[in-house]
Amino acid sequence: MSPKRVRSLEPYLLLAPSLIYLIVFFAVPMVRAFSLAFRAEESTWTMEYFQRMVNDANFWPALRTTLILVVTIIPLQFILALVMALIVTAGLRGSGLLIYFYALPIAVSDLAAGIVWFSIFTERGYLNTFLQSLGLIEKPFIYLQYGSPWAILAVILAEVWRATSIIFVILVAGLQGIPKEYNEAAEVFGATYLKRLWVVTLPMLKPSIQVALILRTILAFQVFAVVLALTGDGVKVLASEAYAWYARWRNLNISAAFAALILVISLTTTVIYLRSLRSQEVTLG
Amino acid sequence: MQSRRVLSISRVLNRLMLYLAAIFIALYILIPIYLIAVLALSPREVISQYPKPFIPQDLTLDTMRFFLNSYGILDSVKNSILVAMITLLIALIIGAPAGYALARYIFPAKDTYRLMVLTTRAFPVVILSIPLITTYIRWGIDDTVSGVAFMHTAMALPTTILVTSSIFIAVSKDLEEAAMTMGCSRFEAFRRVALPLALPGLAASAIFTFVLSWNEVFAAAILTVRNQTLPARLIVQLNQSPLHFRFAGGFFILIPAIIFMFFVRRYLFSLWGIKLK
Repeated sequence: MSPKRVRSLEPYLLLAPSLIYLIVFFAVPMVRAFSLAFRAEESTWTMEYFQRMVNDANFWPALRTTLILVVTIIPLQFILALVMALIVTAGLRGSGLLIYFYALPIAVSDLAAGIVWFSIFTERGYLNTFLQSLGLIEKPFIYLQYGSPWAILAVILAEVWRATSIIFVILVAGLQGIPKEYNEAAEVFGATYLKRLWVVTLPMLKPSIQVALILRTILAFQVFAVVLALTGDGVKVLASEAYAWYARWRNLNISAAFAALILVISLTTTVIYLRSLRSQEVTLG
Repeated sequence: MQSRRVLSISRVLNRLMLYLAAIFIALYILIPIYLIAVLALSPREVISQYPKPFIPQDLTLDTMRFFLNSYGILDSVKNSILVAMITLLIALIIGAPAGYALARYIFPAKDTYRLMVLTTRAFPVVILSIPLITTYIRWGIDDTVSGVAFMHTAMALPTTILVTSSIFIAVSKDLEEAAMTMGCSRFEAFRRVALPLALPGLAASAIFTFVLSWNEVFAAAILTVRNQTLPARLIVQLNQSPLHFRFAGGFFILIPAIIFMFFVRRYLFSLWGIKLK
């Protein structure tokens, strides 16, 4: 083999191990998830597991709660992350420290976050202590009761606390990539801060927003340990049902049906995001 | 210039508002961490007390000691560290060459490959641990530390590839080429020139992978029965455990994350600020 030929093979040799790994651990299990969920013993297709999943008493509450969490948490996180990103790029004193604090929850596990907020929301916890010291309540209030809307609110607060940082970091990186001249030019023409934000900054941030939106939404559909640590069995979500069907009832097929459902919802959402954010670009252009 | 002076009062007010908002958000993030630290470092009686003191009464390591001496916890901590070490090693060994290839070579399939890696990043990877159970049984690695590590590697690999690629792009290609004109082979040039320069970034990437594995609950809980990692063990027994056990456990998972975060803070944006381009 001539040296030139060897050289052109080099990148492929370097990529090969990762490519094989990704096929073994992404492509194969993905196909396997669907075959576990939809295949009967004699290699025929069946809807049995899927029907049992849907007919389970916990299914609709779990699906509903997951969707409620996604549609409340994601917008809250985006607004908060944008405010945080604008604060740290405004040139305040101590911005470096602020960035560190704001990014800190990135390293916090969802399980730890659940336990942290449990200490606040539990009956004999910090929130009741605080409200009682202000005289707002007379005896401890139970937030994390089965089926209580307060329990879902606690999950929302904990998830916003834990997972806004990643959006924040992605947005800050995006903001740093916007040339200052654009904003300065808009300022010269008398655009107010909010106007500049709407017309210059946000459109320029769109690639970052798209990435953050996709990453966060996919992760939100898998929300698991926060819910379990915070509410015990009080609040059901899709991932906790997928876990319970295998860990508690040893039913791999129904667990896989949940996995397949989460996969389909996630992929559909990604496609919708990619499409809608792109078509907007066309109308803007 | 005069208009600027007129504006200055509203500008000062704006700044003040900005500082207030900045501090308010910082408190939202820091206070819960402070509270769990206070609890974990308080004696058992204080933890079950109500109303709870916001300021630590008497600090003690007894609760943490109780937690670590609880049945099976120390073993699960060992498993967690082992899983995280295996994960970061495999992710780096497989991911860094791919990152290097993306940074240094121009080849036809490059964009396709990059897009594929990006797609896998936006993918509910953890969920794939459920179908992996049967594969692991066939391979004979069900309920093992390495099984969990392989899963965690799959989660970390796309990020490792993209991050190492941006690290190698930052290391100048010219230096390597200079070494090669002086008689180094391609590999030698990489080992002697590019690798030392890329080392801090690679270390940051490895630390990030470690934290990802250390924190991961779902896959670890699904793939193990006896050889659990710490989060897997905690999620199984959490709701039957006393309060001081839970809070100590939560705090114990939290500490390394915060320390590691301090070390990688300079690389924060290269680790996470990757754009779709």
